[in-house]
Amino acid sequence: MGKVVKVSGPLVVATGLSDANMSDVVRVGPQRLIGEILTMNGDAASIQVYEETSGLGPGAEVVTTGYPMSVELGPGMIENIYDGIQRPLEEIMKKVGGNNLPRGVEVPPIDPEKLWEFTPVAKVGDKVEGGDVIGTVPETPVVLHKIMVPPYLKGTLKNVTPAGSYNVKTVVAVLTKEDGTDVEITMSQRWPVRVGRPYKRKYPPVRPLSTGQRIVDTCFPVAKGGTAAIPGPFGSGKTVMQHAVAKWSDVDIVIYIGCGERGNEMTDVLREFPELIDPRTGESLMKRTVLIANTSDMPVAAREASIYTGITIAEYFRDMGYDVAVIADSTSRWAEALREMSGRLEEMPGEEGYPAYLASRLAQFYERAGSVSCLGSDDRRGSLTAVGAVSPPGGDLSEPVSQGTMRIVKVFWALDAQLAYKRHFPAINWLNSHSLYLDSLKPWFDENLGPEFMQNRERAMSLLQSESSLNEIVQLVGKDSLSPNDQLTLESARMVREDFLQQNSFVDVDSYSSYDRQAQLLAMILDYDKLCRAAIAKGAPTMELFGIPARERIGRAKSVPVEQYQQEYADIRVQMEREIDEVVEKAGDTL
Amino acid sequence: MIREYRTIQEIVSPLMMVKMVENVTYDELVEVELPDGGIRRGKVLEVNGDTAVVQLFESAAGINLAQSKVRFLGHPLQLGVSGDMLGRVFNGMGHPIDGGPEILAEEYRDINGLPMNPAARDYPNEFIQTGVSTIDGLNTLVRGQKLPIFSGSGLPHAQLAAQIARQARVLGDDAGNFAVVFAAIGITYEESEYFVQEFKRTGAIDRTVLFTNLANDPAVERISTPRMALTAAEYLAFEKGMHVLVILTDITNYAEALREVSAAKKEVPGRRGFPGYLYTDLATMYERAGRQLGKPGSITMIPILTMPEDDKTHPIPDLTGYITEGQIILSRALYRQGINPPVDVLPSLSRLKDKGIGQGKTREDHANTMNQLFAAYSTGKDNKELMSILGEAALTPTDLLYAKFADEFERRYVNQGYEVNRTIEETLDLGWELLSILPKAELKRIKPEYIDKYLPKKEG
Repeated sequence: MGKVVKVSGPLVVATGLSDANMSDVVRVGPQRLIGEILTMNGDAASIQVYEETSGLGPGAEVVTTGYPMSVELGPGMIENIYDGIQRPLEEIMKKVGGNNLPRGVEVPPIDPEKLWEFTPVAKVGDKVEGGDVIGTVPETPVVLHKIMVPPYLKGTLKNVTPAGSYNVKTVVAVLTKEDGTDVEITMSQRWPVRVGRPYKRKYPPVRPLSTGQRIVDTCFPVAKGGTAAIPGPFGSGKTVMQHAVAKWSDVDIVIYIGCGERGNEMTDVLREFPELIDPRTGESLMKRTVLIANTSDMPVAAREASIYTGITIAEYFRDMGYDVAVIADSTSRWAEALREMSGRLEEMPGEEGYPAYLASRLAQFYERAGSVSCLGSDDRRGSLTAVGAVSPPGGDLSEPVSQGTMRIVKVFWALDAQLAYKRHFPAINWLNSHSLYLDSLKPWFDENLGPEFMQNRERAMSLLQSESSLNEIVQLVGKDSLSPNDQLTLESARMVREDFLQQNSFVDVDSYSSYDRQAQLLAMILDYDKLCRAAIAKGAPTMELFGIPARERIGRAKSVPVEQYQQEYADIRVQMEREIDEVVEKAGDTL
Repeated sequence: MIREYRTIQEIVSPLMMVKMVENVTYDELVEVELPDGGIRRGKVLEVNGDTAVVQLFESAAGINLAQSKVRFLGHPLQLGVSGDMLGRVFNGMGHPIDGGPEILAEEYRDINGLPMNPAARDYPNEFIQTGVSTIDGLNTLVRGQKLPIFSGSGLPHAQLAAQIARQARVLGDDAGNFAVVFAAIGITYEESEYFVQEFKRTGAIDRTVLFTNLANDPAVERISTPRMALTAAEYLAFEKGMHVLVILTDITNYAEALREVSAAKKEVPGRRGFPGYLYTDLATMYERAGRQLGKPGSITMIPILTMPEDDKTHPIPDLTGYITEGQIILSRALYRQGINPPVDVLPSLSRLKDKGIGQGKTREDHANTMNQLFAAYSTGKDNKELMSILGEAALTPTDLLYAKFADEFERRYVNQGYEVNRTIEETLDLGWELLSILPKAELKRIKPEYIDKYLPKKEG
């Protein structure tokens, strides 16, 4: 048992802890505050305490639990909202009977009493290894929770409990290891958050993650198992974007980490998600979501842990063979927590006061994403996609967190305050963003959407690029002095921006757009461009081409109800072709 | 147990080191008794073995190392709260300065409060009508929101804040349950007096709690002032069920006081010398706004800050913007043109507006017209800029209409003055009137049925 000798905010130094291990979780003081050992020097340990240390002084007792910072994994996590160290916030509310978060509350992360319908799939005598599925539990209507042998265990099943209702602490199987000892397996297991859960091997990601957001899916797609970052100044729509990805991604499980952000945003997710219906399963979106909320007014040290808590839970679901997305809002706040602890430890600061190991910690976090072949003998495939928001001070991307992130992630959705002021949402700048998955995803796109999809994407991007250079000329000499072809380029680029890229996440029809619909809408706009170019070559006047009535229908095409869009798009095409022909004929007559 | 020591080792204002102490705990309140009987207060910042580092809340002048007594009180800084605080004026440390008696506290509360459980928050979605078109129509305020005013030195943020405090009401709600908590943080006597006079003029003073730390009061006191105000606000909102509007002015002074203390502690500075934890520190104040499940009251917060050099990327406005739910930005250019209140519409934002507007809250066409006004004003401003480079001839007739729209928008929609109180219907109708300048085909962001219903029919 140790004794506190120094208290400075969340950093506590205690002596007499020679029996404790590095990174052990300790309980500090009479309130049994939760802390983690950061450094050891002789028998003195520096401890990062995850709760407010007000009222703690020298002489208080420190007890080590002997375990590193861990999470409990098992049925009952979905639909839950946790703080940064996996304490269920709704349970805390019930337990303390108030709306605030007092200190030292102890609530088990997973309800130990609740009964689950367990169905065994393994038999007595089966040879099993870490990752093999022993049985299943329908956790929610859309998530079949697989009870797995914990990693690194190997042996023969000596006993398997028959189907029935059990709580998570019930032993559902007994495994005899090769050395003859027995290990009891329950429905829950613990795992240290700072260690990635093992898998057999990683594969390059080849399937796109469909988010239903046109600028993302078509222009800058992220792959399942990939990494993406959303940097942007405040007010540019980072959170709306993160929410959209959390809502509409075609993954099995979503882990949403609110890390040092606004409390009301978490409330928004908590109140809105249960009411939203997943277009793929017909069930509420909450039935596949786990929330981690460590808002900005909650203790800063737990904020540092929240990211690891979130990704460890995600890895656990990945190990079941699911596609999982982790959405972290915002990694900058996590980095600030790291900086604060580093400052208190009196470490030598790197850039802007951030610790020198900032970039490597960021890399470690994102590297836990990936498309993998899971442990276990059935060769399941799972994927973990990590999407992190970055909040650069003043929108300046040269700061350490943005730079550290940009070096690692493959997809970069650069939010732009100027676009947000113009109410162009999502305010992702099409010239500054990039996706490095285009090549690896091309085979999938070619097979599922036809080879013209990638060609259209290229054309749309080059139209936007030309627009930006033409705009510089327009600034100098005015629009009228442009050639008809250049005028058309401007007009088509405007259509791509307004009629395709802009998407209103507050309008039901428009908030989610399927891949097929995106492909058709873009193809239609580009066909307009192609037909007009041909018409201009035949001498048709640009103003009349731009003014054909079909244009207005194209403008409203994205808000056509889901059931009607295919018919409507076909109709618009017919009308558009006819009207352009008429303009050409008329021009031919006057010549 | 109160322990007294005469072992002050060192004072580097605002920090004081006391040796040979026992059983001192972190964050504890400290009283220093001067030889002449005067009392200074502070809190424990760090305790290391038998040495305590104390941060003084007040000036260190007059403290004698050998003769001053230091007492550790065993609890953090507290504020005695009571329903009787309404109508009273306190200094930055929570003592009455209006000549009235001390408050008989119903309860003592730690001024740092406790973090609100995110699961216990109730989402703010009740529309507050402020009577200011640029806020109601475009950057709607809702109950429980924190919406700062980003201003610059010499801009009329005080008038705007007073106008909001005077006019704000929730439609169909009884006004008796409304209170204002006002914290003056390092502002001048004149500015503070302006607010007091405003509250007196409108009779709101009886429903107001004032905490004043003026520019000549000790800077370190400023760190406690807003927390005092928020503790009072929390009590009124969540114990007494009142709807509290908190005005904090000026956050820039607060952040500078924090920087002063951080520098004295020799901490590694972040951007512009501000401590790295400025974000967390501001968040622990701002996040105290909100609504809670099962509680009738609410805290709506309007912090005011002056942006140094009108620079929005300065750490104070920048970090504030990352925590608060939007911002109202004042523009010097508009102010020079005589447009009042000079709200810069485009970069201003209310993040919670979407849940507080529309059918049943304001009017069905609100969201559509709002987006259209924003887009049209933005295009109009671009066109005006182009016009000033290339001349009017370079613009198409539609472009010219946009430019005209932008002018009219500033002149009529923004420029309403500080005394005009517009209802939300008036604001929306004015928006339609302005949109009728543009050709109907340009109103792409509005549903056709709303255009038919609300667009004023042109005569002839």
